[in-house]
Amino acid sequence: MLALVVAHLAIAVLLPLVSARSTRAAFLVAALPPAAAFGWALTQIGHALDGGVASTTAWAPALGLELSFRLDALALAMIVLVSGVGAVIIVYCAGYFERRAEEAPRSAALLLAFAGAMLGLVLADDLFTLYVFWELTSVTSFLLVGQSGEGRASRRAAVQALLVTVFGGLAMLLGFVLLGEAAGTYRISEILADPPAGGLVPLALVLILLGAFTKSAQLPFHPWLPAAMVAPTPVSAYLHAASMVKAGVYLVARLSPGFADLAVWWVPCVVFGAATMLLGGWRALHETDLKRLLAFGTVSQLGFLMALMGAGGRTAALAGVTMLLAHGLFKAPLFLVVGTVDRSAGTRDVRKLSGLRKVLPGTAITAALAAASMAGIPPLLGFVGKEAAFAAFLDDGRWPVALALLAGSVLTVAYTARFLWGAFASKPGVEPSTVRAPGLLLTVPSWVCALAGLALGIGYPLVEAIGEGYVGPGGYHLALWHGLGLPLLFSAVALAGGLLLHRFRAVLRPLGAGPFDAQRGYEGVIAGIGRAAVVVTGRLQLGSLPFYLGAILVTVIVLPGTAALLAGGWPTDQPLFHVIMQVPLGLAVIVAALAVVKARRRFTAVLLVGVIGYGVGGLFIVDGAPDLALAQFLVETLSLVVFVFVLRRLPANFTEESPRRRVIVPKAVVAALGGITVAGIGVLLSAARSGPAAASAQFFELAPSGAGADNVISAIIVDFRALDTVGEIGVLFIAAAGVASLVLATRHDRRSKTGQGTPEHEEEVRG
Amino acid sequence: MITINLAMALVVAVLYSVGFYLLLQRSLMRVLIGVVVLGHGTNLLLQLVGGPPGRAPIVGEVPAGALVADPLPQALALTAVVITFALTTFLLALGYRSFVLVGHDEVQDDVEDRRIASQEVPAGGLDDPADDLAPTSEGSDK
Repeated sequence: MLALVVAHLAIAVLLPLVSARSTRAAFLVAALPPAAAFGWALTQIGHALDGGVASTTAWAPALGLELSFRLDALALAMIVLVSGVGAVIIVYCAGYFERRAEEAPRSAALLLAFAGAMLGLVLADDLFTLYVFWELTSVTSFLLVGQSGEGRASRRAAVQALLVTVFGGLAMLLGFVLLGEAAGTYRISEILADPPAGGLVPLALVLILLGAFTKSAQLPFHPWLPAAMVAPTPVSAYLHAASMVKAGVYLVARLSPGFADLAVWWVPCVVFGAATMLLGGWRALHETDLKRLLAFGTVSQLGFLMALMGAGGRTAALAGVTMLLAHGLFKAPLFLVVGTVDRSAGTRDVRKLSGLRKVLPGTAITAALAAASMAGIPPLLGFVGKEAAFAAFLDDGRWPVALALLAGSVLTVAYTARFLWGAFASKPGVEPSTVRAPGLLLTVPSWVCALAGLALGIGYPLVEAIGEGYVGPGGYHLALWHGLGLPLLFSAVALAGGLLLHRFRAVLRPLGAGPFDAQRGYEGVIAGIGRAAVVVTGRLQLGSLPFYLGAILVTVIVLPGTAALLAGGWPTDQPLFHVIMQVPLGLAVIVAALAVVKARRRFTAVLLVGVIGYGVGGLFIVDGAPDLALAQFLVETLSLVVFVFVLRRLPANFTEESPRRRVIVPKAVVAALGGITVAGIGVLLSAARSGPAAASAQFFELAPSGAGADNVISAIIVDFRALDTVGEIGVLFIAAAGVASLVLATRHDRRSKTGQGTPEHEEEVRG
Repeated sequence: MITINLAMALVVAVLYSVGFYLLLQRSLMRVLIGVVVLGHGTNLLLQLVGGPPGRAPIVGEVPAGALVADPLPQALALTAVVITFALTTFLLALGYRSFVLVGHDEVQDDVEDRRIASQEVPAGGLDDPADDLAPTSEGSDK
């Protein structure tokens, strides 16, 4: 299975070689891998329905990461849409894109890459594998919606789709990690076999639902889907109707067998699903652009699917799988029909189209066939699915849900009628559209899909076989005729109500699309983030070095300081001093250090620093480190010499004006707290020591024999850690080179007697 | 095994406090002196956490049973002392060069950052929201 997915991606990479010769050929080649995947899935149908076929490839075994795939009934249903419908749509692209269209080669490769990612997503049996492919589909969707990035609308829509779905995707990743940790495995089939409960599992499920809702355009995240309609129509048909937007529904369906009993899972699914169905249907009634009308229809249907898949219960899940297939098989051809109409008549605005039924009869019949499935008219698959959906909620007593779905179905029928009327009817007062006849590539693909919907509607036992592979045998059965009963009544009411709603559409118009506009919400959030970024940057990035250093220091005080305080373990037997000499030397260092702060003259400050240095050197001697002390004295003396050389040329006093109290006090407080924190942590950590360091004992043994030195320090520096010393010498060389170049630059300026660096200039500066 | 006594903890605290305080000043020279003082504090701390005072770590010079100072922190501190010296001279040269070029040795505020800080917050966010909802023709129609 990994090979199939990789083949998609590999061929996508090589596809530009084909499109350089012919874009039409490129699309036909691109249709081959999905077609092969579909064919392969069909050959595996027996195994798939009988428990599933699995394959696992180690990815990073040390981390326990693996690429794990599994073909079962649910994956099979999705592959029908992803690979079967996908191949058909890619073939359609060959007719849709003009021969010289610039975006065609790019779209061909991206569509194929998307098909591969989507195939990986539906086959994945590992949460991380699923996540990787999930995000890959988001990325390819972004690239396909954005097209060349030249159009402002495309860019905005692409960014919106990406931001919303990736936001949900990241939340979902968090949920996956929580769920996987709670279950002790990331293999989906194993998690479902023994679902974890309690603890953080409800939180994990909510986060996963967030991912599913954003991907499947559920309320209130739905606006990205209609906005994405700026993409070329086949892209919309494939990504935003048949496959990618179903990923969220698929994920819910995948996990429902394990978690649908939990209220935290099924309640949001049903509530948001039903609300999305109603809102999408209502908005679809008010769109004048055929594609956007269909897009809101898709939003509505996705809500329907979400409610079915998440609700729990065998019948609902069976209805869900049926509707999943039905939706892909009717929504894709409807989109393709819109593309054909758009290509033939030059517009897809319902206010401009008129009389197409007569000039494009074949297209009109395809559309009618697909639309009949959408409206739930027998004997199409949509009817079978809807019957099952009504029965599911009527049988288990969830009446309010059934009624909400009925209302949604009324709206579905109404916007279906509006779509057919808008696209094909002769409208009084609108000039009949002139068309050019569409080619076979523009019509046959939609025929294939629409007829598949009809065939599966009549051949519903096949769908039931797939559905039972997912939900298990027994109980409710799919059928075109269940006898007179409430579900049939509901179907009739939906049909009649929808047609009436369309008939009296003039009455509805004044109601408008409703006050609810989630797009404004999205824009508000994005604008808010931008504003917050400016405010935060303005507050934090003041451009003042002391402020930045202070911020770092405060962080040191607050984080490790608090941790040290909380850790406790302050030693109780801390002596005042170990050796009496420590006290006078320490006192001298402290006095000199405090005096440095007060020093006004540079030279005084430097001398006081020298006192500190010698004092510290003295402390080293007391501590039993004569070598260190020697180095300290040498370096201190050298430093003094260097300072004196430079101080010669600088003003005697510090040039900065004496700062105000308002500035001094906070600086002093922060600095003092910082010092106390460091010293406190030092005491705490040193108190944690239980004995002398083990490594040092070895140095004692090895120094005479290994390095031939009695002085362990010199043995360490020139032998055991010689490489360190070489590095240290390197640092000295670099510093020397830097100092020399800086000094020489000044000398050069002075010699050339121009501008800065000249004695005159220095005189001037010194005032 | 307590290795830092109260007196030494106080010395370390004062050295670090003074170093931090000088680091927060605007005069480059003071900042430099702050770095040097911090270096002293760090070297002392490095030596102190190595263990309590003991005999110098020289083989054959230590009577049996006497406490020996840990040689490893000493070697590391020795390296640090020398590196601090290199850093000091380089910073000093930089400060001097800055003085020659600019005429003073003060740390200036970043003007660009100031500009961002004083920038007005855009009222409508990054983009005006009132477009792109109308049907648009596809890229392929161009």
